[in-house]
Amino acid sequence: MSEALLRVEDLSVYYGMIRALKGISFEVNKGEIVSLIGANGAGKTTTLHTITGLLHPKEGKVFYKGEEITRIPAHKIVSMGLVHVPEGRRIFQGLSVYDNLLLGAYSRKDKDEIKENMEKVLAQFPRLAERRTQLAGTLSGGEQQMLAMGRALLSNPELIVLDEPSMGLSPLLVGEVFEIIKSFREAGKTVLLVEQNAKKAMSISDRAYVLENGEIAMSGDSRELAEDERVRKAYLGA
Amino acid sequence: MNFIAAIINGLSSGGTYAIIALGYTMVYGIAKMLNFAHGDIIMMGGYAMYIALSLAGHPILALVAGIVFCVLLGVAIERYAYKPLRGAAPLAVLITAIGMSYLLQSLAQIIFGSAPKMLVKLQVPGFFMIGSLRVDYSTLITLIVTVVVMTALTVFIKKSKPGRAMVAVSEDRDAALLMGINTNAIIAITFAIGSALAAVAGYLMLMKAPSLSNTLGAMPGIKAFTAAVIGGIGSIPGAMVGGILLGVVESFSYSIPALAPFTEAVEFSILIVVLLVKPSGILGKMRREKV
Repeated sequence: MSEALLRVEDLSVYYGMIRALKGISFEVNKGEIVSLIGANGAGKTTTLHTITGLLHPKEGKVFYKGEEITRIPAHKIVSMGLVHVPEGRRIFQGLSVYDNLLLGAYSRKDKDEIKENMEKVLAQFPRLAERRTQLAGTLSGGEQQMLAMGRALLSNPELIVLDEPSMGLSPLLVGEVFEIIKSFREAGKTVLLVEQNAKKAMSISDRAYVLENGEIAMSGDSRELAEDERVRKAYLGA
Repeated sequence: MNFIAAIINGLSSGGTYAIIALGYTMVYGIAKMLNFAHGDIIMMGGYAMYIALSLAGHPILALVAGIVFCVLLGVAIERYAYKPLRGAAPLAVLITAIGMSYLLQSLAQIIFGSAPKMLVKLQVPGFFMIGSLRVDYSTLITLIVTVVVMTALTVFIKKSKPGRAMVAVSEDRDAALLMGINTNAIIAITFAIGSALAAVAGYLMLMKAPSLSNTLGAMPGIKAFTAAVIGGIGSIPGAMVGGILLGVVESFSYSIPALAPFTEAVEFSILIVVLLVKPSGILGKMRREKV
C-alpha cells in the first residue's frame, strides 16, 4: 500500500491540564475527501490546528507526504502544499479582495504561475472578480467563505483542510460551498473536511471519522457510516 | 498672520509627533504591545548622532548613523526583551517595556553623563519671508521630511508584499501564519521601521533644539503616544492625523498668552475629549466579526 498523503499518529494535545485529543490516529489518501465529524468540543478544530502547526502536540506525530511535520512552524507548512481554511473564514477585512487573494500566494515565488492561478480563481468565483477592489470586510458571509477558499487555492495546495466552511450560511449557500469542495477533488486536490453539518459532509466525502471527546469513536466509508444507527442518532438527527 | 504662523509651526512640530506616533501605532497594531521605550530609542539615536558628529562631523552621516543604530537597537530590544514574552500577560509586556525605557535612560546617563550635549552642527540656521511671515528653514525641512515619510510609508504598506503582510499580521496573526507569513519576521521588520522613524524624528528635534540629554525622548514620546491614541492606536493614518492635530493645538495654545503656560494640559485634555466622544480614537475601528 502506498503512503497516505496525510497521516496522523497517536496525537495527544493538551490545553493546560485538559487533554483535548487523546491519542488519535487517522489518514487521508491522495484524491480523497475525508470528513471529520463530531459534536462541539470533540476536538475537531484542535486536530486541524495541530496538523497545520498552530498548535503543537504533547505526543504523537503528523506526517505529510511521508515527511514528519509535527514540529515545523505553521508558516512553513503552506509552501509544502498543505493549506488550512480556518473556522470563521478569517479573511483580512481591512484589505481588498484582491490583496486577500494575493496573500494566499504569499509563500510562492513563481510569479507567472501565481498570475495564472489568480485568473483561474477569479474565473471560478465571479463574485470575487466583480468585487476585487472592495474591502473584504464589506463582503457577505457567503462571499467571505468563497474568498477564504479562493485564497487557499492561491497557495496551489495539494491538501486543503477546511474547518466548518458552511457555518452560518443560508441553505442555498451551504449547497454552493459543498459544490465547491467537490470541485476541489475534481481538480485533483485532496480535502480534509471538518463539519457540524454531518449529513452534508458525509454525502460528499469518501470516508469519515467520528470524533467524540478527543477520541476517534468510529470510522469508515461515509455511506456506510451514514447508515449506522449510532451515527444517525447522534449526528444526523434521525 | 499670527494665525498662519501658528499653523505652520503646528504642522511642523505635529509632523515630528506623527513620525514618532507611527512607531507606537505600528508596533501596537502588529505586535499588540505598547513599546514605552520608543521615546528612549529616539534619545539613543541622538547619542549615536552625537558620536558620529564627533567622529565624522557631517549631519547627513550623523543621520545615517542614528538610523542604523536605532534599527539595530529596536530589533535587538524586540528580540531579547519582548519576543520571549510573546503570549505572556499584557501587563508583563507593559512592565518590561517601561523597564526597558528606564534601562536606556540610565545607560545613557552612565555612559554620557547628565550634562546635556550640544549638537549644534545639526542646526539649520536662517529663515525666509513670505510677505511678513517668517518661516525657519528647519521648519520647512521638517514639513518636507514629514510629507516624504508619510507618503513613503503609505505606499510601502499598501503596495509592497511585506506591507500587505504587516496589515495581515495586525488583523489576525494566526490567519497570517496560515498564509505562510513568518509573523516573527514581520514583527522584527515593524520594530526596524518604527526605530528608523524614531531616529528621523530625533534628528528633526535636535535640528530645532540641539540640546541632547538622556530624557530627550521622554516628553515627545508621551505626546506622540497620546497622538497615536487620539488618532486611533493601531491605525497608521490615525497616527498621522493625531500627531498633526496635537502639534497644531500645541502651537495655537503657545500663541495665546493666557493659555501658553497650560499648553501641555491643553494637549492632554484633547485626549480626554476624544476618548469620551470616540473611545477607539478618531480613525480607530471597532471591528466586528461577520458571520
